[in-house]
Amino acid sequence: MSLPGTLKVTPLHSVHRRLGARMVDFGGWEMPVQYAGILEEHHAVRRAAGVFDVSHMGEIEIRGPEALKLTDYVSTNAAARLAQGRAHYSALLYPHGGFVDDILVHKVADDHFFLCVNASNQEKDYRHIRETNEAGRFDAEVEYASERYAQIAVQGPRALATLRKLTSAPLETMRYYAFADDAVLGVPARIARTGYTGEDGFEIYVPPDESERLWNAILDAGAEFGIRPCGLGARNTLRLEAKMALYGHEIDASINPYEADLAWIVKLDKGDFQGRDALIQAKENVRRKLVGFEMRGRGIARDGYEVAVNGTPAAWVTSGGPSPTLGKNIGLCYLPVEYAEVGRTIQIGIRNQAVDAVTVPTPFYKREK
Amino acid sequence: MYPDNYRYSKEHEWIVVDGEIATIGITDYAQQELGDIVYVDLPRPGDSVAAGKSMGSVESVKAVSDVYSPVTGEVVESNAALTDSPEKVNQDPHGEAWMVKVKLFAPDEVNSLMTVADYKEYLAGKE
Repeated sequence: MSLPGTLKVTPLHSVHRRLGARMVDFGGWEMPVQYAGILEEHHAVRRAAGVFDVSHMGEIEIRGPEALKLTDYVSTNAAARLAQGRAHYSALLYPHGGFVDDILVHKVADDHFFLCVNASNQEKDYRHIRETNEAGRFDAEVEYASERYAQIAVQGPRALATLRKLTSAPLETMRYYAFADDAVLGVPARIARTGYTGEDGFEIYVPPDESERLWNAILDAGAEFGIRPCGLGARNTLRLEAKMALYGHEIDASINPYEADLAWIVKLDKGDFQGRDALIQAKENVRRKLVGFEMRGRGIARDGYEVAVNGTPAAWVTSGGPSPTLGKNIGLCYLPVEYAEVGRTIQIGIRNQAVDAVTVPTPFYKREK
Repeated sequence: MYPDNYRYSKEHEWIVVDGEIATIGITDYAQQELGDIVYVDLPRPGDSVAAGKSMGSVESVKAVSDVYSPVTGEVVESNAALTDSPEKVNQDPHGEAWMVKVKLFAPDEVNSLMTVADYKEYLAGKE
C-alpha cells in the first residue's frame, strides 16, 4: 500500500535504482524513464531486444458463469469471439461513448477473463466494471488483481530467442495476441505474445516476489543479443512510431473510438454493450480524426502544441517527438475530418513560430513480418 | 571535467572570454540531465542576447529546455555544426559543442558568474 502523496513503486524499484535508472513520476508511480539513454534503448528494441518493467499496469479478473456476458457488456470488442488462450485489444466506454480506458482482454476460460489496464486508470476501471456488474446483476465476480502480478515485457526481434532459454512454453507456435499459462524459471507465469512497441515480443505476468529473479534472468539470457533494460522514454517513442494510443493523450473521456481510428475494436453487431447507443450515433457523425504528421520545417512537435490549418488553430498535438527509427520528427493530432486526408500541410506552433508539417499514412513504423 | 578558466551559470551554461568575445555552451551536468540531445535551436549572428534571458533551446528525446545567455551582447557566430549533429552536445559539451560566440556589451557581467569551484559546490548541493 502507499500513503497519500507518496509515489507508488513496483516490486522492481530497487533493481532500477541499482541499474542507475533515472526515475520519474508517471501517473503517481515512480518509474524508470531511462537507463543508459532513450535512443540506445529504442534501437535495442527495434534491432535486438529490450526488457521493460510494466508492473505498474493494472490487472482485473472477471470470473463466474456470466464472466463472458459481463466482459462483453462492459467492453467494445467481441469477447464471445475470443478463443481460449487468445487476447484482444478493446475499450471500456462511458454511456456517452468516451473512453474510460483502453484495455487488453485475455480469455483464460469460458468463465474467466483477464484484463490488463492502464496504471493510472486501474482503480477507476475496477469501480466501473464492478458497478456495471452490480447494476446489471450479472452472475460474475470482479477482482482487483494488480497486487498479485508483476509484469515484465520483453520486446524486439530477439525477444523469443531470449525467453526460449527460460521456459519450455510453446513460444514459436504462439500467435500474435495469443497467450499461455505456463512457467518461466519454474514459476507459474502468464506469457502473452503482446506488446506496446510495434515489435514482436512477450508480456509476462508473474507473482511480484519472483519478478526480480525473472528480470535478472532475462537480462542474462538476452546479453548475447544485446538486450537492454528500457524505460518509459523508449516505451513512448516506440509506441508512437507504431501509432499505439496512450490514455490521456490520444484517448480520454472526451474521445470516442471512431475519432481515435479504433473502429476495429468496436463490434456494434455483437449485441448491447456500454456506449453502444452513443456509438451508433457517433459513427455517422465523426467530426475529427486522429492523424499522423511529419515535420517538414525545423522543429519538434511536442504534446499540447497548437496545430493550425490555413493559419487557423484547429487542433493540438496529442503526442509528438523525434522518431529514432525514421530519423524524423513525428506526431499525432485530431484534425477536423475535412482536413484529415494524407498529404495536407498543417502548421505546428513551436515557441511562437508556425512550422510546417504534413499529414502522413500511419503507423509511422511497421515491422517486416 | 569542468575547465578552470570557464565561468558557470546557475542554469548550467558555461562561458569563456577571449578579449571582447565570449564563447557560451551548456555544461556536462546539463547534457547529462537532458539525455540524448536531438535538436538545438540557436540565435543567429546579429541577434542580441541578454543576461538571464532565453537565447535558444536544446531538446532531448523527451524534453525541451531553454538555453539562457549568461551575459548581454550581440551574437557574432553560432555553431552551425550542432544543427546537423546535436549529439555533439552529449559528446563534448565543453569543447566542440560550443553554441554561440557573443560580443560582450558589459564585460563585468562575467565576474558575477560562478567560478569552477563555486559551480562544483553548486552541483554537489544538487545531489
